Amino acid sequence: MKHMNLLRPLAVVLGLALGLPAQAGTYDITVDKVRIDTGTFKKNGIGYNGSQTPTILHFQEGEDVVIRVKNNLRESTSIHWHGLILPFQQDGVPGISFNGIKPGETFTYRFPIEQAGTYWFHSHSGFQEPDGAYGAIVISPKGGEAVPTDRDHVVQFTDKHPHSGSRIFRNLKASADYYNRAQRTAQDLIEDAGAEGLKAALQDRKMWGAMRMMPTDIEDVQGFTPLINGASTQQNWTGIFKPGEKVRLRLINSSATTYFDVRVPGLKMTVVQADGNDVKPVVVNELRIAVAETYDVIVQPREAKAYSIIGESAGRTAMVRGTLAPSAGMVGPYYKMRPQPLLTMADMGGMMSGMDHSGMDMGGMDMSAGMPVVPSEGAPGAAFYVPGSGLIPTAANGGKFLGYEDLAARKPLYRDRPATREIEIRLTGNMERYIWSIDGVKYEDADPIRLKYGERVRFKFVNETMMAHPMHLHGMWTIIDTGKGAHDPVKHTVSVAPGTTLYTETEVDAPGQWAFHCHLSYHMAGGMFRKVIVEGGPS
Amino acid sequence: MGAYSKETNHMKKLLLGTALGLPLALTFTSVAMAEVGVSPTVWGVRIDKLEYRMGDEENSFAWGFEAWTGNDELRLVWKSEGAKIEGGDFEEMDNQIRLQKPITDFFDGFIGIAASTPDGAPERYYGAFGVTGLAPQWFEVEAALYVSEYPYLGAEVEYEGLLTNRLILTPSIEASLPLADDPEREIVAGGGSVELGLRLSYDLIGRSVSPYIGVNYERAFGGTADILRDHGDELDELTGVVGINFMF
Repeated sequence: MKHMNLLRPLAVVLGLALGLPAQAGTYDITVDKVRIDTGTFKKNGIGYNGSQTPTILHFQEGEDVVIRVKNNLRESTSIHWHGLILPFQQDGVPGISFNGIKPGETFTYRFPIEQAGTYWFHSHSGFQEPDGAYGAIVISPKGGEAVPTDRDHVVQFTDKHPHSGSRIFRNLKASADYYNRAQRTAQDLIEDAGAEGLKAALQDRKMWGAMRMMPTDIEDVQGFTPLINGASTQQNWTGIFKPGEKVRLRLINSSATTYFDVRVPGLKMTVVQADGNDVKPVVVNELRIAVAETYDVIVQPREAKAYSIIGESAGRTAMVRGTLAPSAGMVGPYYKMRPQPLLTMADMGGMMSGMDHSGMDMGGMDMSAGMPVVPSEGAPGAAFYVPGSGLIPTAANGGKFLGYEDLAARKPLYRDRPATREIEIRLTGNMERYIWSIDGVKYEDADPIRLKYGERVRFKFVNETMMAHPMHLHGMWTIIDTGKGAHDPVKHTVSVAPGTTLYTETEVDAPGQWAFHCHLSYHMAGGMFRKVIVEGGPS
Repeated sequence: MGAYSKETNHMKKLLLGTALGLPLALTFTSVAMAEVGVSPTVWGVRIDKLEYRMGDEENSFAWGFEAWTGNDELRLVWKSEGAKIEGGDFEEMDNQIRLQKPITDFFDGFIGIAASTPDGAPERYYGAFGVTGLAPQWFEVEAALYVSEYPYLGAEVEYEGLLTNRLILTPSIEASLPLADDPEREIVAGGGSVELGLRLSYDLIGRSVSPYIGVNYERAFGGTADILRDHGDELDELTGVVGINFMF
């Protein structure tokens, strides 16, 4: 624990400088086997502090935290503090940061809280996170919130599935479309033939069939019940407000594989924070939250009625409703799910460049590949999708849908400077075999990525698959190049849409070794994962 | 009593297959899923045929399944197919243990051993070499060369037609082409046999349990058919089938 010795006095000095005593809070978490009840099904799962309702940890910026984690499971566990900047030994990834927490053991995490915002924590062992091992972190900033509000609610999403994570993974390996119950059928063929002619409909089938790809392949895993703060639609999580109050909703997506489109019908949402970092306020009607991302939005309900918080899965196979109401027991209205989107040939573009499809009849389609993303061009909210993508979201009420191009850091976290070098990260996979990799190599066969302390690395993400991948680098910030220079948004997770190329930059300011992976649980387990070693720097 | 001892004999053979398969399976599973990011060893069982066949003259039970374990690089597969006449003999009993390895994005190559041990016919053992995978336009395809004194080519094609996302119509073709005479089994080189199936299934519980109804048609050709004709036997057989698919 050499780091602690260095950092603790530093935090104390910082605290003194600001006239605040450095607090030292002690927090206890138990990791338990729990019975999860979604109202539609019951299953055995994992919960923190014996509950399916996620634990919320409230920290203060500048505080030194001591977190004692007791493992009551019969298997090893771990907790990763998603998005927190801390010494790597405290990062909670077995095999990279530490050796995990054995059954019956209590592990004590100690680290200073050097940031503020909304984050979350979860197990990094096996499939414990999809099985329920996740919670929320809310860190109050030293000087108070940049945009003050009257109320504050954590709204944490998950995609609770009746099957265990390991069973889901096994089934996907046995048959990649195991959970796809939105496949195109004979009925769809007849409807499409009616709409666009039989020839066109057959030609379309032929094209997808030649690739052995499905346009419906947006969500790997369907058949889940989405939850907000551990409650399904019928269990109706309710956040209380008084009419006229400004309510801060801390949206967190803790799903195993599901992106959610989130809206509060009847209210505009002012996005003030993304992945824990304040952004210049942007008013939207709806936003898509990728797996592992967080967004803080402010709403101001003026009427004394029940409003709904709607989370609709990006593939439109499931939806959850929570309620904002002046009193408990009120129920917000439920809305009909919008029609299911289909991937297009444009979404397949990156794959064509990456895979060897020689001798394949593409039906004369132009497969222009790896189209680079041009910030702030095209339809609103569409800059980070390939042109013509079937995944571009639109707001339910026709209004503004948030895109990465709308995010601008409120205060730059780092001085803007040119990157010292570029590293290409190709996101690769074989859908039919359900194999996921980086640069065509799975984690178990790959060398670590080596970075040098003090450098600024530019990552070029090239998505050569037909799925979106929320890429998460531990320990250091990911600055998305949206063309805003010093005001580019600072995040911990970046979603790379199919067929697109996206650039991020990272100031390499954290020594040690870190995990870097796709945050879709089954892609991570499949091998879309790397160890990152930061060489040099203070030890 | 004879039939009984034959059945126990076959049970022994099945057990032998299991005894062979399990230790091999365990060597895979011992890798377990400990480390983060390292793809765990997985397994699966797919029983795509477990049915009662109703024919003109006799009824029978038939099965077909694949049990496998392994990882992305290598799979150990036990494939079994057979049919037993109701109250009578196992007219068909085929078991294979094979190692399967990806050779292209969509196809695996495999090598293994295959045993054909029906009642009332001499046992045959083969070395199996083949490919299995997904062809363009979603056809599941398998083709193999079975090597022994009595070699033959085997091929299977199957297509899952989605009427809805749960109601699935599956046409299938299975063919074998003997490359040498096997007089004891009354098989003539080039005298192949073809089995056509059409099954309509409904996914009742996830993809785990799917009852189905359908038809199955078998026919012999060439010299093999001539022998059947000489014996006054039917060259073909059409049966109605009811059954359940299991996947777990």
